[in-house]
Amino acid sequence: MSATSTPANSYRNQPDERGHFGAFGGRYVAETLMPLILDLEKEYRAAKADPAFQAQFDDLLEHYVGRPSPLYYAERLTEHFRQQAPDGNGPKVYFKREELNHTGAHKINNCIGQILLAIRMGKTRIIAETGAGQHGVATATVCARFGLPCAIYMGSTDVARQQPNVFRMKLLGAEVIPVESGAKTLKDAMNEALRDWVANVHDTFYIIGTAAGPHPYPELVRDFQSVIGKEAREQIMKAEGRLPDMLVAAVGGGSNAIGLFHPFLDDPDVAMVGVEAAGHGIATGEHAASLTGGVPGVLHGNKTYLLQDEDGQITEAHSISAGLDYPGIGPEHSWLHESGRVKYIPITDQEALDAFQLCCKLEGIIPALESSHALAALPQLTAEMPSDKIVVVNVSGRGDKDIFTVADALGVKL
Amino acid sequence: MSRLSAAFAKGHPSLVCFITAGDGDTAANLDALVAGGADVIELGMPFTDPMADGQAIQEANLRSLGKGTKTADVFAIATAFRQRHPDVPLVLMGYANPMIRRGADWFADECAKAGVDGVICVDIPPEEDPDLGPALRGKEVSLIRLATPTTDAARLPAVLDGSSGFLYYVSVAGITGKQQAALDSIEQALTRLKSATELPVAVGFGVRTPEQASAIAKVADGVVVGSALVELVGRHGADAAGPVRELTAALAQAVHSAR
Repeated sequence: MSATSTPANSYRNQPDERGHFGAFGGRYVAETLMPLILDLEKEYRAAKADPAFQAQFDDLLEHYVGRPSPLYYAERLTEHFRQQAPDGNGPKVYFKREELNHTGAHKINNCIGQILLAIRMGKTRIIAETGAGQHGVATATVCARFGLPCAIYMGSTDVARQQPNVFRMKLLGAEVIPVESGAKTLKDAMNEALRDWVANVHDTFYIIGTAAGPHPYPELVRDFQSVIGKEAREQIMKAEGRLPDMLVAAVGGGSNAIGLFHPFLDDPDVAMVGVEAAGHGIATGEHAASLTGGVPGVLHGNKTYLLQDEDGQITEAHSISAGLDYPGIGPEHSWLHESGRVKYIPITDQEALDAFQLCCKLEGIIPALESSHALAALPQLTAEMPSDKIVVVNVSGRGDKDIFTVADALGVKL
Repeated sequence: MSRLSAAFAKGHPSLVCFITAGDGDTAANLDALVAGGADVIELGMPFTDPMADGQAIQEANLRSLGKGTKTADVFAIATAFRQRHPDVPLVLMGYANPMIRRGADWFADECAKAGVDGVICVDIPPEEDPDLGPALRGKEVSLIRLATPTTDAARLPAVLDGSSGFLYYVSVAGITGKQQAALDSIEQALTRLKSATELPVAVGFGVRTPEQASAIAKVADGVVVGSALVELVGRHGADAAGPVRELTAALAQAVHSAR
């Protein structure tokens, strides 16, 4: 939640007053929700200007979430890539360790911010959507912490494949509502959460899990997640005395990526790469890479790149990572893609699985499958980089939740 | 006088009926709506993610898309309807993405060519009007906006600005289908809306029976029925025209003679 001034040609002055990031973003919601969205924006502006709100947010991040998360020099992975790269190449690889946060991922940063807003607005009931269950667990966690009832919408396909997270949410006191419509995954859970919200606007706050949805969600989620990039900036200055040459993060909706990138957007010497889920490969059509394989459209309250057919029907996404298994992407990423400031590349299920295992064995860190996509991009991104360069990768979550999926993919029976 | 204006100037309240394009025998069902006495037809454009709809219309969308309904089919249905029924107003209702996929100008042009009188887009509020409104107005296709119980006096002028045909009052904060609004709250809302606009106001969401329709028609210019009709199509499949006509006739009788 930076209030520092930005130059006129800044990449950090989006969205505009209508919630647009260039041609993307906006407020594409049913009329019933419009007054609430406008109210949320007003309340967010007030909170942003209120030192007490910021102080409470910072205090919870420090003492409840466990921030700052470390910036860690991944020495063995660095050495491994150097052995593979042409002579003298291979940058130093640092991990921003969001997986060490309470609840095991970056998701909690945003949930803390949003529940404080909900309380500020006098809302007494929380709803959320979840895919893999990480955002559901983070939401259930903050609801337990603040004593608010909470309903989590989750596609029944995801309920079946993410039983440990379903049980976690229930332990935390949340009601988990399986969604039976569509492909019964994240997109359908979001539809159902919106249906709940429209029927309960008077008392319900919707904690959206990623930097997407109607304005002001993409902006406020980004702001709450920007703690990642702000910390990384300070930490790399302390460790290396200079800014990194490249930032790498996985992109589903894109909240961990925008959180890392945003504080660096106006540093022209810092390259940024968002890694999309290519599933079985872009050419197969079974992927979740909205920027690589989609076109702009309107879904879930914002205009952004979407996987869709020639009639504007949304097509099903596929990724081994449930957290990336969504046919859209946050609108600010669509804008950063078109403006060229951030480069976006696809990584397949198999590449992510390989990187998952490599990170386990070389660093003793079990990364989330989402984060494994970012790690998998490193060889191709760093092979040409000299050894005095520095790359920071966002290890956005830990992979404990993914061991069943990985075992299944490797043909291991648990 | 436009077909929509004429439909609300018959000297009695109007019945507005919704079915989903491509679900069941749509042409036969549209004819059944007209034969039953519907004054305005809303033809739903199927969408994979109908966020504002309850189960009945969600399922209709999926049935239609499951049969392979394309946007071109929706316009073919509309075009054929216009040829069979030159005087009955036809309104397309749906979500933004299928409408703007090939550009708003393309969509508005197709509407005009097919004889579509108006468009209701659930997820383009006045704030995002440039995405669709100017193109429709340029082709003299009415943009019919929704007002809801949460639309306060401060917002109402923005909702009315650029809208024409009629105003659709969503009587409950919620999705299409089963909930019913209390009659006195509808009456209060209508008083507020009618003092702000000369447009006819049709009331929908949760209206299922002739009794409910009659009660609302006592205070509104029109009554919208959707889910109850769509459920008949779901239950009777390709043979829904008979039951659709029967329910429409009972609703029309109730609405037309309400005052």
